[in-house]
Parts: sequence; C-alpha cells; structure tokens
Amino acid sequence: MKDLVPAAGNGLYDRRAFLRGGAALAAAMTGYSVKAETLTDPVWSNEPGTLVPPYGTPSKYEKGVVRTLSNPDFEPRNSHARTPHHLLHGTVTPNGLHFTISHGGNAEIDPAQHRLAIHGLVKRPLVFTAEALMRYPTVSRFTFVECGGNSAPMFSPEPIQASVQALHGLASCAEWTGVPLSTLLEETGIDPKAKWVIAEGADSQRLSRSVPLAKIMDDAMVALFQNGERVMPGQGYPMRLLLPGWEGNMNVKWLRRLELAEQPAMSYYESRTYSQILPNGKAFRFYFIQEVKSYITRPSFGVELKGPGFYEISGVAYSGNGKITKVMVSADGGKSWAEAALQEPVNSKSFTRFRAPWEWNGGPAVLQSRAWDDQGNVQPTRADFVAKRGEAAKVPSPLAFPNQHFNSITSWAIDANGGVRHVYA
Amino acid sequence: MFTRSFLLLPLATLLLATSALAAGPNLGMPLTQADLAAWDIFVFPDGKGLPKGSGTAAEGSAIYAQKCMHCHGEGAKGGISAALVGAPPIKSIDAPKTIANFWPYSTTLFDFIRRAMPWQQPRSLTDNEVYALTAYLLAQNKLIGEKDVMNAQALPKVKMPNRDNFSPRFPELMPRSGEKDL
Ligand code: HEC
Repeated sequence: MKDLVPAAGNGLYDRRAFLRGGAALAAAMTGYSVKAETLTDPVWSNEPGTLVPPYGTPSKYEKGVVRTLSNPDFEPRNSHARTPHHLLHGTVTPNGLHFTISHGGNAEIDPAQHRLAIHGLVKRPLVFTAEALMRYPTVSRFTFVECGGNSAPMFSPEPIQASVQALHGLASCAEWTGVPLSTLLEETGIDPKAKWVIAEGADSQRLSRSVPLAKIMDDAMVALFQNGERVMPGQGYPMRLLLPGWEGNMNVKWLRRLELAEQPAMSYYESRTYSQILPNGKAFRFYFIQEVKSYITRPSFGVELKGPGFYEISGVAYSGNGKITKVMVSADGGKSWAEAALQEPVNSKSFTRFRAPWEWNGGPAVLQSRAWDDQGNVQPTRADFVAKRGEAAKVPSPLAFPNQHFNSITSWAIDANGGVRHVYA
Repeated sequence: MFTRSFLLLPLATLLLATSALAAGPNLGMPLTQADLAAWDIFVFPDGKGLPKGSGTAAEGSAIYAQKCMHCHGEGAKGGISAALVGAPPIKSIDAPKTIANFWPYSTTLFDFIRRAMPWQQPRSLTDNEVYALTAYLLAQNKLIGEKDVMNAQALPKVKMPNRDNFSPRFPELMPRSGEKDL
C-alpha cells in the first residue's frame, strides 16, 4: 500500500505505481469483493477449433471494432472512415482500421502498371516502376498521419456528445517502410532554383499538394509498406508520400508524380480546402504541422465505468514537431494535475501511449489530458484555443468540418452511474 | 547514405555511366517531355503550365448545363454538390468557402476542373472546354465580363477578391525564393 502515492486530486495516483507494484495496487483497490463462479470446461476446449485461414482476421466477437463511414452508399462526394480509438490500445493502428479520406473513392491500382515520375527542376527527369523502388535501400519509422480536419467537432459552441472515434478518429499511427525521397532526388539531381515539390496522386481527383523541398529532403519517404504489409488501398497502394508530422492531406496517396518547382501550385486543397479561416476573416494557408495533441481514449464517451474502484486512465499523445516529453492528467477538470506514465520507446512524430492510475470514488469527475513536446510546445486549453481560432457559429454535424487544425484539451465528465459525457471544462 | 565516390572511379567507368551520376541503384528510366505530356498538368498562379486554347462564358454555359448542372445545380448555385457561384461574406470561421469569396487564384479553377471534374469522368474535357467552363464560372461570379475570352494570357490576370488575405502558419517553413515569395 505504501506504493500508492496520491499525485493529484480526486483519486489520481503517482504513475510509478505501475512500475513498482501494479498487481498489488489493483488487488489492494478492488478488494476481491466478488466471489468467482465455479470453473468448467467450455465447448471450445473439448473439440478441435476451426480452419487456420491464409489471412487472419479478428475474432468474430470483435465485429463491432470497425471504422465509421461518412459516405456508406458511396455517393459522388468524399468519404471518411474514422479510427475507433476507444476500442484500440497501444500505439499502432491496425491497417484495416487506419483512418482514410478519399475524395474520389479508393483508386484500385495494378502495381505493375503504376509509375512514379520525378521531373521539373531536376537534372535528369526519371520515372520509376513500383518494382524498381522495391530494390532501393529502405527505412522504417513509426509515424502518425492526421487529417487537418481531425477534431473539428470541437469547434462546436456546445460539446457534441460523441465518441473519441467521432471527435478524433481522423488520426492513426503505423510503422511505414519505404524509400527516402532524398535518395531518389540524389539520382535525378536538383536544380538549385527548385524550392517546392508538387506531389500528385493517380486517383480520379489527381489530388495534388505543394511541399517545401526542405521537408522532402529532411524526412519524407515514398512509403511502400504499412505495419509490415504493402500499403493498404485506402492509404495509397502501391505507394504514398509520407511527410512525418505534417497535415494528412499532404501525404499524397497513390503517388505518381513529383514536380520540382520554384513556386507552389496553389492547388485546390492547399489554397481552398485546407486553408483555415481565422476570426478576423483572414486565413492560414500552408499550415503544414499537426501540432501537439492528446486525448483520453478510456474512459471516454461510450467507454463507461462499471462502479467505483480502480481504473487505468489511458490515451494517446502526439506532435508533428517531435517527441512527446510529458502528459499531465487531471480528474478534477484541470484544478490539479498528475504526470502520466509514457510508454517507451517514445518515437518522434508518433503516437505515444500514456497511462495514469486512478481510483474513482463514485463522485463527479472530469478527466483531461494535456501534452508537451520536445520543441517546447504545450497543448492549449480549449478556452485559450478558441479565443485565438474562434468557434463555429452553430452546433455543426459531427461529420462536418467547421474549421481545421484543432488541438486543444478534450474533457470527459463522469456521472454518478459511471456514464461519460463530453464537456468543455 | 550513398557517398559521392564517382570521382574516384576510373575514367572508363565514368564514361559508361554518363547519365547515372549518383551512386545509388539508378533504376529510374529517363523521362522525356513527350512521354510526360498527358500527366504534365500543374497550372501555377503565374500562369505557368496553362495550355493553348481559349473559351468564353457563352460556350461554358452550354457545357455546364450538360456536364455539371446535375451536381452543382442550376446557375451553379449549388445542388448535391457545392455552389460554384455566390460570395456570401465570410462572417464566421465556419463560413462556406466559395470561388468568389475565398479562392485566391483563378488559375486554381482551371487546374482543378481539368484534373478532377466532372467528378465521374475526370480528364474527359478538352482544354478549350476547361477554359470555357472557367470563363463561365468567373463571369457568373462577376469576376470577369460576360464576353471576356479566357486563355493562357488572360486567366492569370484575373484578380480574385480574397487573394491577399492569406498568411502561412509557420513563416519559417516557407521556402524563400526572391520575387516568388508569398
Ligand atoms: C457527380 C457530381 C459532380 C459533377 C457532375 C461535377 N462535379 Fe464538381 N464537384 C463535385 C464534388 C463532389 C466536389 C467536391 C470535391 C472535393 O471536395 O473533393 C466538386 C467540386 C467542384 C469544384 C470546387 C468547388 C469548391 O468551391 O470547393 C468546382 C469548381 C467544380 N466541382 C466544377 C465542376 C464542373 C465545371 C463540372 C462540370 C464539368 C463539375 N464540377 C461536375 C461533384 C461533381
């Protein structure tokens, strides 16, 4: 019991309780109050199981763990599929649950016919087959991809009652493997006049975005593999541009062309869609970085508490600027804070799982998390954020995008029955 | 990752590898401008990349009725897809963004229609048709005259009302390029 050091108000314990004696902690707090039932052999223990399939899928009991679709009948408009963060754990998003946004549906590409052209202000314009790229030296890295419109429902003037999937499901994290773009540009050579690289997909929208050459040379890759298997169709099979930490839409999927240029193209998506209206009527264009953010995934809306006692508060934190250095958790709506444990290794521009031990006394509680990154950035409170960036005029649909690049604190209020509501605190 | 060690190679090797200066795998195939033509469609704000051809609002109006209206509505005032005409003032951060109240460059209109519209049949329009549709939408939005001809010279000169209202979030990440600074 000496391991249980209170760290903040309303039941938060020191994160080191996990390291020193997690089992003892749980035992001490749950108190073994319910007697177990008599154990018997279930049917699956007394007969052979089922065929081992060539490609494994989750248990049939996990059917509910799916993405939510904004356009299930595939009407002629864009389609969003959101990651169910509240039903997942750890730091990697399974490939089938990685969020997807497609403006013209998923392109179905025959990799044998796909080509990647690099031209413009280069010394030698070159075209690569997917097979040729597979022979290049590769690198692997964990990184998140987040839509510039993720968390947009939080621009609502009143808290929208929706799950962390609905609020923050347009962000996911994977291990990506591919060819650094600097390697390919070394072969094409770069004309010193080049300042931008304009990327284009092979989808029906030929989605295009302008990227500063410096980012391309820093850590951009042509991603060929996602969590060990080939990049999923919804992520750009057979290849996508990966710009660690930068706005999802810039990570052009189905990548087929890179033109080096002196100026940006001012494409539809950069000059209109992902330009962000500010309260003074002006707009940010070229936002680039997805800034430091965190949210608690459990407990959260739809993940309720089953009576007072011990719980692990857990969530994800990430920053497009670098590594997460600290996450603080509050159980009293921000009056007091305890430092959460961060799962090692903490990767740069990647999901970082945080955890904090908590004892719910059955009374009111408001759970919050707040993240810091190694570039000195701190996640803003919602009040500070909307003071600068504004709020929507009316309560929007949870599927709408009233504005972009929302990164403030999310608050979950626990009621007496253990129900969880989204609140602004 | 790869050292530029070609300077140390014997002269004969260098001569054999005239087009392969980098010491990497060199598995790219040389690409000619002619081979690239069908894909080479970026249009820049200064007009670079605009093709030959031209079109007027009157021509565009007919094409619009046939190929665009069922989604974008009569007079381009909106249907199952966005309104392409109209400039409601931007009074809140969630105001609808339209061509006339938000888009900074007229060239983007040509580029986007050519690469992505009509939604079910992108790249089915000729360059003249794209100029005509661009002229039609600009004229309907009162950004050019009814009779103005749109072509590679005229289009980049159309000044969009909202052009100067943008700034980068992180100025330090913006490439610096002399006159082309944004
Ligand atoms: C099947 C429906 C459909 C048809 C037909 C269609 N569009 Fe579109 N259009 C869309 C959709 C959907 C979008 C939004 C694309 C996105 O956001 O990814 C769009 C967007 C646009 C935009 C950008 C509007 C804005 O302000 O965001 C323009 C301009 C446009 N279309 C022009 C045209 C023209 C010109 C035609 C006829 C040649 C056409 N469209 C035909 C569905 C259609």
